[in-house]
Amino acid sequence: MRDDVAMSDFRLTIPATLPDVRLALARVDAAMLDLHCCAETMDAARTTLAEVLNNIIEHAYAGQLGMIDISLSAAGEALAFTVSDRGAPMPGGVLPRGDLPPETGVEDLPEGGFGWHLIRLLTDDLLYLRIGGENRLSFLVRQKQSGHI
Amino acid sequence: MNVDCTITPEILIAHVREDRIDAACAIEFKERMRDVMEGHDQRIVLDLAQVGFIDSSGLGAIVALRKMLGPDRVLELAALSVSVAKVFRLTRMDGVFPIHVDVPGQAIHAR
Repeated sequence: MRDDVAMSDFRLTIPATLPDVRLALARVDAAMLDLHCCAETMDAARTTLAEVLNNIIEHAYAGQLGMIDISLSAAGEALAFTVSDRGAPMPGGVLPRGDLPPETGVEDLPEGGFGWHLIRLLTDDLLYLRIGGENRLSFLVRQKQSGHI
Repeated sequence: MNVDCTITPEILIAHVREDRIDAACAIEFKERMRDVMEGHDQRIVLDLAQVGFIDSSGLGAIVALRKMLGPDRVLELAALSVSVAKVFRLTRMDGVFPIHVDVPGQAIHAR
């Protein structure tokens, strides 16, 4: 794992494994503290990033080895994230809608499908691009309290 | 996966002694809890006081535990941190589980 903090930009490259996701989230937490983000903003960014990274490991690389690039910068009153990988493209080239399943009885409760719902609720300007074998997902996490980014 | 229990004839409280329930440990958590719950038919409360982070895999594991108990029983949750409570709220899973502010019998009296 390597990272590089210069001015307000933070970059990190991790192997696509679940233990490395934990390490990445800790590094991004530290970077957000340096940017004086409030706890609510950090919670939203941490949850979003966890879901994005877990999805890449489970679906884009699907158990194969690979690397994931994460970048973070302060963009006005928001945090701007870009996450890139070289795994399989999104099916159909578009992001999942992230709808919650209809409300049902206990036996039919969903055990998955929450990830994209959370990502879409917690971010703005979600953009997915497939460029030359690379998946590139960018999104904003808006600051929840004014004057703290 | 570190989970220890308070057991009385009326209630089983499973204290999760981990700071996160995430994709890296969700399966292990589910298996550990299945062992913990086996053979118990009293109230079951999951104490999440030490858990500061949960992702959708962790949430899915807790939903799976709820389903394991069947339609005639409930899985109660207690002492959710702000960020864990938010994940339950945003996914509307806060309506599926009774959620207690404090762990039953361990309410904090001193301030």
